[in-house]
Amino acid sequence: MTDRTVLEDADIGAKTDRAVVRDALGVGVAVGLSGFAFGVTSAGGGLTLLQTCALSLLVFTGASQFALVGALAAGGSPFTAAAGAFFLGVRNAFYGLRLSQLLALPRAVRPFAAQWVIDETAAVALAQPTRRTARLGFVVTGLSLYVLWNLTTLLGALGAEAIGDTDAWGLDAAGPAVFLALLAPMLKTGTERAVAGLAVLLGLGLLPVLPAGVPVLLAALAAPAVLWADGRRRVGQGETR
Amino acid sequence: MNVWIAIGATVVGCYAVKLAGLLVPAGALERPVVKRLAALLPVALLAALTAQQTFADGQTLVLDARAAGLAAAAVALLLRAPFLLVVAAAVVVTAGVRAMGAG
Repeated sequence: MTDRTVLEDADIGAKTDRAVVRDALGVGVAVGLSGFAFGVTSAGGGLTLLQTCALSLLVFTGASQFALVGALAAGGSPFTAAAGAFFLGVRNAFYGLRLSQLLALPRAVRPFAAQWVIDETAAVALAQPTRRTARLGFVVTGLSLYVLWNLTTLLGALGAEAIGDTDAWGLDAAGPAVFLALLAPMLKTGTERAVAGLAVLLGLGLLPVLPAGVPVLLAALAAPAVLWADGRRRVGQGETR
Repeated sequence: MNVWIAIGATVVGCYAVKLAGLLVPAGALERPVVKRLAALLPVALLAALTAQQTFADGQTLVLDARAAGLAAAAVALLLRAPFLLVVAAAVVVTAGVRAMGAG
């Protein structure tokens, strides 16, 4: 009787593990392949093969990489370009906060695990019911995504050099489409939409008058501005009641 | 050289924030205002970047084939298409509009 229970438990455990690996690989492969779009965009934006691959190997957070090459291609200074990429990467710190409690990693492992703390690994790991499956989801997503993202970055950059004019193939639309795909699920409430709308106005309105890269940084101020306006509105509503 | 400076700064900055999240004690950044701001910051940056990379040519605003591509991506997103299909839709439509001689 006891044996059967143990067997059944092991069976359920194995099934869950398979499901976790399948989900993690699904995310890792789908997003990993879009490294191709990054490789093409980066090479099309004038970065060398080595620079493009260095970004995917060492930065390994897609939105920041696209933002950096976009800002450099537009003629931004290295510091405004890096600042935009950095601010986009700040969200990973908050994934790390939640993951460190969930995964309970030994201190010695953390510097290595840190490189994989990104949107996709956080999404998969945080969706798991137990620490064991969360760890499994994190490792499988992180590994498959890291390997594929770097491989497809290399292929994309080589491909871009081979085909020459990447704009003729519409590949300059890949960057903004990636941003839009990352943005869309974040637009859950009116607050997010207001931030996005104000940021678009600031980003486009300031573009003709300020040095490249600076308008994006100022557009980031839409976040505290809307948050502040929201807070005031709530205080106002509280007083009328 | 400038490109390598930008890459170096981005590598250090992006790794530092990833590691910081794993190392700082739980609760240090758990204030509601900080969490709200951290969630809204990428919304602002991604929206501004999407708009700029669609409508900017250097420092001038333009309406070209990329706008059609982005519209295709938006439709694909509304239809809940997978990530790769969204990007592919933008690329194919942009290339198509250019091949027809517009933008």
